[in-house]
Amino acid sequence: MENGRKDSFTLAILVNNKSGVLMRVVALFSRRRYNIDSLSVSETENPDISRITIVVHGDRNITEQIILQVEKLVDVRKVYEMTMDGSIQRELVLIKLNADETTRTHIVEIGELFKAKVVDVTPSTITMQITGSLEKLDSFLELVRPYGIVELVRTGMTALERGSRPLSETTFGDEG
Amino acid sequence: MKITGADIIVECLVEQGVDTVFGYPGGQVIPLYDALYRNRGRIRHILTAHEQGASHAADGYSRSTGKVGVCIATSGPGATNLTTGIATAYMDSIPMVAITGNVPISLLGKDSFQEVDIAGITLSITKHNYIVKRIEDLASIIREAFYIARSGRPGPVLIDVPKNVQEASYEFENVPLKEVAPKVSRLREKDIEAAVQLIKSSKKPMCYVGGGVIRADAADVLNEFLDRIDSPAGSSLMGLGAVPVSSERFTGMIGMHGTRVSNMAINNCDLLIVIGARFSDRVISKGSTFARQARIIQIDVDPAEFNKNINTEIHVVGDVEVVLGRLLKLLPEKISHGEWMTSIKERKARFPMQVAPHAKRAKEILEALDEVLPDDSYVTTEVGQHQMWTAQYLKKIRPRRFLTSGGLGTMGFGTGAAIGAQVSHPDARVVNIAGDGSFRMNSNELATIARYKLPIVIIVMNNHALGMVRQWQDLFYEHRYSETTLDTPLDWVMLAHAYGVEGMDLGPEDDPEEVLKRAFDLKKPVVVNALIPSDDKVFPMVAPGASISDMIGFVDLNPLVD
Repeated sequence: MENGRKDSFTLAILVNNKSGVLMRVVALFSRRRYNIDSLSVSETENPDISRITIVVHGDRNITEQIILQVEKLVDVRKVYEMTMDGSIQRELVLIKLNADETTRTHIVEIGELFKAKVVDVTPSTITMQITGSLEKLDSFLELVRPYGIVELVRTGMTALERGSRPLSETTFGDEG
Repeated sequence: MKITGADIIVECLVEQGVDTVFGYPGGQVIPLYDALYRNRGRIRHILTAHEQGASHAADGYSRSTGKVGVCIATSGPGATNLTTGIATAYMDSIPMVAITGNVPISLLGKDSFQEVDIAGITLSITKHNYIVKRIEDLASIIREAFYIARSGRPGPVLIDVPKNVQEASYEFENVPLKEVAPKVSRLREKDIEAAVQLIKSSKKPMCYVGGGVIRADAADVLNEFLDRIDSPAGSSLMGLGAVPVSSERFTGMIGMHGTRVSNMAINNCDLLIVIGARFSDRVISKGSTFARQARIIQIDVDPAEFNKNINTEIHVVGDVEVVLGRLLKLLPEKISHGEWMTSIKERKARFPMQVAPHAKRAKEILEALDEVLPDDSYVTTEVGQHQMWTAQYLKKIRPRRFLTSGGLGTMGFGTGAAIGAQVSHPDARVVNIAGDGSFRMNSNELATIARYKLPIVIIVMNNHALGMVRQWQDLFYEHRYSETTLDTPLDWVMLAHAYGVEGMDLGPEDDPEEVLKRAFDLKKPVVVNALIPSDDKVFPMVAPGASISDMIGFVDLNPLVD
């Protein structure tokens, strides 16, 4: 339970920023039957490197296997497990909820508790934006679900290590 | 100096020390074949009958020489025909570079004639692959591809070169070859020391040897290690030859068609040392009962093999030869396990592999082959019963001289592999032991064997059936022979003659040694049609899902003792 959910782990994968690299990583997960809960990818401070954040579920053994298999890909520079304590993990959710005159204020109040932002309102719906950890998003979604979710989109978890050193400078060695 | 992309490919191949390539021309590799034509004194091109044959030949070249095998095909069907050979090489960790042509970049992605996304198709059967989109990158990609193919755990790499890149021109300069050092970057002293401690405290050690020992050319140091720690050793199919079949330490194959002695030792030892092996399902069978009582040390160049199929205690990451050398240094005194070795020898005498009522004819033929075959010969096989019989009975099995498709189990592999072995060792004898089912798959390569006058002897163990599947149908499907009877009256001798190859029959009454001697003495390509009863079986065996301790069909010379 490293990122707030049971049997779920967050991996940060630094890869060469080339076409087809994401496909190689995803194809490996698919071929070896590793389950991806969420995935996000973008360029980093170094334009030659992209960073893929993958949340996977499986037992400890599977996670170690995944790391070792992913490390073998030629375009993968580094794989790092982002622990709950050692990293900041965030996801952005856009959610469109049923909201009429009677329910709108309640929903906005719940949103305020979670620092959600109202980004669009129509006579029958309200659209909000919320960021946070898995736990926070899960509790928010549980509270607003009864109002009726019209549409929901999540960016996938992204994560950064705590402390001053960037991931690209940490050296491989004593983790196992 | 500016030269074309096609010439850059040839120059890079020469730079890598490539003397022979295997392939088949086609529309999108005409520029490359033109460069090969102009450089035919520097690189020999072997034209196969089919691209699959080229891929297996490159594989056989690599397995038998230790160098990188190279195969070439055109786009589309040419490229897809290579895939079985690439997957075969991938599963057995064979260094290979496959070069395919593709349609010009402007036509890529437009469903052009003979266009396939071969990089996408081979994603999961290569160590890495490339589409060369810029002529500027071509030379460095080829160099990198060879390096990747050879380094760490070897494997195939594919380079897809669109035709316009072959035709473009760019500056080329030779660069010195990048040496591939044995991988030890993740080798940790504390793991070696932990292994040494376990070895010292063991009373009943057993070694499980895999193809990694062959790939690392570590057979000599392995045998020294076995003597030093006084341990028996069994092997996977891929590890055969690392320990001489004649060695008193060798217990035979482990697993489904392994020996009773190997499988008992695995489940009786107190320490299992796994060296360059990957716990294939054909070895471990029911994983939860495999070496449960033993502590396990696993030595492998690929850390992803640790805890993949079986959890192991000590993980030593590194080149097998280097690791075994380090262990020998830390274990200077000879260790003795007299009682354990005696019990192994007793079991070997009691459960011999060499008594086989269920495969009498195959065994006679293989024993005759052992008599006739020179010591430095190369043996290839196809896949099925004949392959298992060869693994069980043939004594002349040596590192890099026994070429068989282990991981992928590719029927049709042996003929191509034999071409690769013979081309790279023109003075040695090469024999392909085939089944009639397997040989049908790629017998078109007789055209290649005839074209280059390769004196390969192909022994077709002809049981008029897909014998291994038939065996399973007998044992587990109540004799329902669904599509496994090959009763078409096919005249193998006449087929051989059609290609200009010699053909001989080895009938049930013939003396195998006399016929095989005659075949080898011709010093020409020969197909020997060796008749085998349809119902002969590969025994002993472990039924699917059973523990390797529960073998069926083994010979027990002393059944009253226990």
